[in-house]
Amino acid sequence: MEDTIVAISTSLGLGAISIVRLSGSESLNIVNKIFNGKDLTKVPSHTIHYGYIIDNDKKIDEVLVSVMKSPKTYTTEDIVEINTHGGIISTNKVLELCLKNGARLAEPGEFTKRAFLNGRLDLTEAEAVQELISAQSEQSLNLFMNQLTGSLKELITSIRHTIMTLIANIEVNIDFPEYEDAENITIPLLKEKITPIKTQLLKLLAESKNAKIIKDGINIALIGRPNVGKSSLLNLLIEENKAIVTDIAGTTRDIVEGSIILSGIKLNFIDTAGIRQTNDIVEQLGVKKSKETVAAADLVILLLNNNEDITPEDQELINLLHNKKHLIFINKTDLPTKIDISQLPQDHLVYGNTLNPSGCANLKKEIIKLFNLEQINTPNATYLTNARQNALISQSINLLDNTLQEINNGDPVDLIEIDLRSCWDTLGEIIGATYKDELLDELFSNFCLGK
Amino acid sequence: MKYEIIVVGGGHAGCEAAHIAAYKNHKTALITMNKKNIADMPCNPSIGGTAKGVIVREIDALGGLMGRVADRSHFQIKMLNSGKGPAVRSLRAQADKITYPKEMLKELKSLPNLDIIEGMVENIIIEDNIIKGIILEDNTKIYCDALILTTGTYLKGSILCGSEKHPGGPHGERRSNYLSDNLKANGFEILRLKTGTPQRIAASSIDFTKMQPETGDNEYWTFSHDFPPQYEINKQQKCYLIYTTPETKKIIENNLNKSSMYGGYVEGVGPRYCPSIEDKVVRFHDKERHQLFLEPESLYYDDWYLQGFSTSMPHDIQDLMVHSLPGLEHAIINKYAYAIEYDAINPLQIKPSLESKVISNIFTAGQINGTSGYEEAAGQGIIAGINAALKLEHQEPLILKRNEAYIGVLIDDLVTKGTKEPYRMLTSRAEYRLILRHDNADLRLRHLAHQVGTITEEQYIRLLKKEQDIKDLTNLLQENKLKINPMTKTIFIENNLEVPSYSISFYQLLKRPLITITFINKLLPLSFSKEVQEQVEISTKYEGYIEKTNNEIAKMLKLESKQIPENIDYDKIINLASEARQKLKLIRPRTIAQAIRISGVNPADISILSVYLRKEYPNE
Repeated sequence: MEDTIVAISTSLGLGAISIVRLSGSESLNIVNKIFNGKDLTKVPSHTIHYGYIIDNDKKIDEVLVSVMKSPKTYTTEDIVEINTHGGIISTNKVLELCLKNGARLAEPGEFTKRAFLNGRLDLTEAEAVQELISAQSEQSLNLFMNQLTGSLKELITSIRHTIMTLIANIEVNIDFPEYEDAENITIPLLKEKITPIKTQLLKLLAESKNAKIIKDGINIALIGRPNVGKSSLLNLLIEENKAIVTDIAGTTRDIVEGSIILSGIKLNFIDTAGIRQTNDIVEQLGVKKSKETVAAADLVILLLNNNEDITPEDQELINLLHNKKHLIFINKTDLPTKIDISQLPQDHLVYGNTLNPSGCANLKKEIIKLFNLEQINTPNATYLTNARQNALISQSINLLDNTLQEINNGDPVDLIEIDLRSCWDTLGEIIGATYKDELLDELFSNFCLGK
Repeated sequence: MKYEIIVVGGGHAGCEAAHIAAYKNHKTALITMNKKNIADMPCNPSIGGTAKGVIVREIDALGGLMGRVADRSHFQIKMLNSGKGPAVRSLRAQADKITYPKEMLKELKSLPNLDIIEGMVENIIIEDNIIKGIILEDNTKIYCDALILTTGTYLKGSILCGSEKHPGGPHGERRSNYLSDNLKANGFEILRLKTGTPQRIAASSIDFTKMQPETGDNEYWTFSHDFPPQYEINKQQKCYLIYTTPETKKIIENNLNKSSMYGGYVEGVGPRYCPSIEDKVVRFHDKERHQLFLEPESLYYDDWYLQGFSTSMPHDIQDLMVHSLPGLEHAIINKYAYAIEYDAINPLQIKPSLESKVISNIFTAGQINGTSGYEEAAGQGIIAGINAALKLEHQEPLILKRNEAYIGVLIDDLVTKGTKEPYRMLTSRAEYRLILRHDNADLRLRHLAHQVGTITEEQYIRLLKKEQDIKDLTNLLQENKLKINPMTKTIFIENNLEVPSYSISFYQLLKRPLITITFINKLLPLSFSKEVQEQVEISTKYEGYIEKTNNEIAKMLKLESKQIPENIDYDKIINLASEARQKLKLIRPRTIAQAIRISGVNPADISILSVYLRKEYPNE
């Protein structure tokens, strides 16, 4: 029997209510010992009870306790959730009491691991939950919820069904060669049937590139020579959007200077060493640092001023834009024009004025256009969310390419079917319908299983 | 009376089992109700067919009889799917229903260790869960160390025609009334299955001018790996193709309630792949016509078999139906179509060796295990015979893997998945069929056959020679290069083939589309046998595909190597889905690979089982 685990399953400090969750056969007994209210071992499953968490008769917090009994729970084990109201300190105290009474602190992702091992989630669902834990914006939350509720599974299942129907038809042709009851799958017909399947998979793969954007956001490098006004632009972008301004590490090793949500997508402004610096250390700034930042960014915004000539230093930065998704923001349009825009790459020039509260509206419009953000913002689209799924889809597409190649070689249909079958298997791996031993190995390494 | 091995039933499974057991020097008795019915063909007059033809080749490779007996008995033979890839080609012979049994009996009578006894077996003698002998209906007891049951459709057989139902086997033979009950009393689970057979039409009443002739191949073929062809191509008999008419459809639709299947008079489950004509009309309502084949049963009597028209309609309706067919307007029906119901055992209760899990030293083969077809029966028969003998010799059983033989696929399917309808072999059931070809049955199986002692030294030496020739020819093609000169260019052009732009090895040349080994002979005359050239052609041309299949096989074998301990307690694995638990407890798969193949055991269950095994048996 597995032991009983406990963890605080909401982010500490966010929101008024926190949840302490237990899973395992002792969950009810453990909570019952510290709960002043109904006898939880006697209540029906899937009910909520009001009471107090007590520590030796001392009231710790006023709580609601949800009781969910095995097997219809997330982990299939007995689950108890304690909704605490008293903030970080009392939530921590509740956790401590659970630990004192026999629960063990859950490892990261351990509830999900149990759900998977207990057959409650298939591998893609388990993957989605893992991603859910680190979801950063509302869109990315939707994406994972979508996968969790099985829309990826539905799509893959339907593609597999199409392939299986085709295979079955080929098989009937082989097993009953003298009967004309089934359509004879000839080489041209096979080609005709495989092509749309491939198109569907390519579309999924293309859409999935957006998944990365949804998940990780767009990393933007704001560059410009010292004192050109980068901090004004950043402050305007951030302030205006009431952005989350933090110094937390982003998904890359770069420091995120600030983030905003635009059209539901997170934009991370990467530190270009000095955006927020003061004049006295301006000397440190330079093209070298900018180069590194530019390399890591999904988008580069070069800042120039309308009322100044292009300097040699600017020119060096302009050279960095080559082969990179970029925008050139020309600031201070309220002042007389001195800049010679004929020296600039003509695409993606944007004008604005950071003194004006809506002075960077055009810039944002361009970003939306450049990344098709409004299209990404389709909450029901299906995406692949990780490298494993992406690789399997690519592999499936390769297999279909093989079949198309074999068709051109004039190989017999029954041999071409080998790759078609393998494509069906590969797609099955994505949704956990094909058992793969390697998957388990992967699981063992990720979840630290074993004795 | 005492024998080492008793075989009950003289059908296709029984013949192979008795033959191979006696060949392996065990004192064997074959008990049949009627010697005249040894190797009887109560249904279609053919041996082989898609997948089935490959089984016949495998039986031959293992030292069995069906292939060589069929070679001596047929009056037409053709290679099916010859227009498709090499993996799906299969022979079918129209075997003479008089000659085939006669030739088979000749083979059996030539074995000094084999006695053929007439009698009806009604009970078995068991001591300490081990078989000790059988009891005939006249209470004669015959003792044995191992028993092979190949009872066909005779266990409580019932013949159905329309609403009529009477007890009996094919040809109005008597049935065994008590044996299945006695098996049941000893722990065997009994299934009720159904199969059917179409009308036989008097040749003299058929107008063949309204039919499309179907001829044999213009190329010589044999099932046997050891004997040359024993027929003449131009003396092959014709079969005929016709189509049902709108009138046929109307008659069937108007009389559906009179069919025993649709009228609700049948308990047994029939096979989906061998549907009755009323089934076809109901299930494929949109189809205006269905194909039917007329095949002669024998050169020695008058009956023609009406393939595709099996039905459980009463006689008067069958008359109407047959007379609605082109060329059969005035047909005389010598035998009406009928369905037959019979008892079988649940194949989930047998081991991959075909030994019963319930009682030791009882082996079963053929229809009693839930299969359909002469070839399927014979394939199990030879394995049951070999394994009964090996058991008495205290040797490990011969278990063919899914990548070794169709027979392996057949038995693995039976003991892993069970069956609810008579099981017929199909190429689609064999996932590694590119390896399980008609042409390489000897290469796949004769080493194993030699190990278990079912082929002669002479046959073994011939195998080794063939293997060496294949290597030599492959090397020859790899080492010799095509020289492009006016003479060779002309040969390409004369055969409408593209001249290679630079010199390549013959091996590389053979890989090109449209280039055959026959063509290569024109550039580089080869002194190797046709079989050897064919092997090299296939392994060269389809090297890429063969490699893919071999990769899949390697994956499967890796999972086959993950053994599940015999004493595993599935109740201790807490999180298994209940259906999976139930199936695993019943089937008790030997390996993870076999567990994966069980329907109702999902990948998630396999993960749980694997995790459990790793935790509980870390050293295995």
